[in-house]
Amino acid sequence: MSLTQDEILTGLAEVIEEVSGVAADKVTREATFENDLEIDSLTMVEVVVECESRFGVRIPDEALETLKTVGDAIDYIATAGVPA
Amino acid sequence: MTKVAVTGLGALTPLGPDVAALTEGLLTGRSGVRLLEGEQWDALPARLAATVETEGRLERVEARTLDRVQQLALIAAREAWSDAGAPSVDPVRLAVIIGSGIGGALTLLSQYDVLQARGPRAVSPHLVPMLMPNGPAATVGLELKARAGVHTPVSACASGAEAIAQALTLLRSGAVDVVVAGGSEACVHPLPMAGFAQMRALSTRHDAPEAASRPYDKGRDGFVLGEGAGVLVLERSEFAEARGARIHAYVGGAGLVADAHHVTAPDPSGDGAARSVAAALRDAGVTATDIGHVNAHATSTPLGDVAEARALGLALGDHRPAVTATKSCTGHLLGAAGAVEAIATVVALRDGVVPPVRNLDDQDDEADVDAVRVVPRELVHDAALSTSFGFGGHDVSLVFTR
Repeated sequence: MSLTQDEILTGLAEVIEEVSGVAADKVTREATFENDLEIDSLTMVEVVVECESRFGVRIPDEALETLKTVGDAIDYIATAGVPA
Repeated sequence: MTKVAVTGLGALTPLGPDVAALTEGLLTGRSGVRLLEGEQWDALPARLAATVETEGRLERVEARTLDRVQQLALIAAREAWSDAGAPSVDPVRLAVIIGSGIGGALTLLSQYDVLQARGPRAVSPHLVPMLMPNGPAATVGLELKARAGVHTPVSACASGAEAIAQALTLLRSGAVDVVVAGGSEACVHPLPMAGFAQMRALSTRHDAPEAASRPYDKGRDGFVLGEGAGVLVLERSEFAEARGARIHAYVGGAGLVADAHHVTAPDPSGDGAARSVAAALRDAGVTATDIGHVNAHATSTPLGDVAEARALGLALGDHRPAVTATKSCTGHLLGAAGAVEAIATVVALRDGVVPPVRNLDDQDDEADVDAVRVVPRELVHDAALSTSFGFGGHDVSLVFTR
């Protein structure tokens, strides 16, 4: 069973708050990781590691480069997260 | 020559969260040593340690992305910077010099466990900046926006003292106005402890932890591993006076030499240690009789305390200053020890009182120094000495004046 977009947003917001200290309510679909949430490249890797573990997905580096906003990440996880 | 003023002090030690707790603990002879209990410690032949409390001192993200050795340095540096009145200084005239003996060992060890359990993709991207030995200096440099330079002397248990000596040189050169200098250590973990225990360097007085660290006492059987950090704000005295800073004391001089005798054992003749004391006195422009107090390295090992006592005799002759041994209360903070003991020396000069050596019940005749016992002693002289020695044969002596 796949997660809804809202469920992924909630989980992602929790991960981001845990690793970066950014309050979960600042994590919206439109927010950019780099500028709005001020997540640096090392912390972004931590977000990926936690997401891979929490959502059971693999986020390769090529995909990471395309994830500019929280919405991008939610869409990627929703798609990649569907069991094959 | 430019004088170097001590304007800020910060210490996170087994005696408590700040310099006030360190001072009170030393004057009353309190011990920060305890027995480590729990499954991971049970098999160790020596399981005494002196640890610090960081709860509530850092933001969660700081705690997550900084190794403990960096956390302790940051906490002590914040106290020192605040104590100095947060000097307004051009960032290109501000440097940081913070040493460590071991660096981010706890991160290296815990992330190896992660690698084994969950594979390379689970390893923290913060691993490298957390384990590098310059991490504490880099962390404090970032916090204070220090742009004149960030440096890390690594000379085992002399690292903290060497940081202050390097700061003295840098400030005298005129290249900077302010240096934040000190040392930090955090390696209370079964692996380093097993290593020290295999050297037979640690006390095994498990039935009486608070009596385990006993420099100069006949019953001493090794040192007690501690963790902590000490940081001092040092300034060119003209700069400090111009901004109206409160000055605790002055760094008068430093002497740094090496034994070239053995990688870990002290030279039993005390030659290197004595030469470092003589060099520090010369550098400070004082003579032996000006020194009223020595904060000795005195780790509570059978060999080290005797070699140092001999060295003090060689360097100071018949003059016998009041000697204390901070490690009798704090345990041995390795790369932080020299900085924490420099702070204790500065406070002793400023307040005119030398704390006693804890646990000194029956002094070893071979460790023939005028040790202060049981109650503090008044200090009237205007100069004091702090000694630090490290594995590798490093001998560092610092003279402070008021």
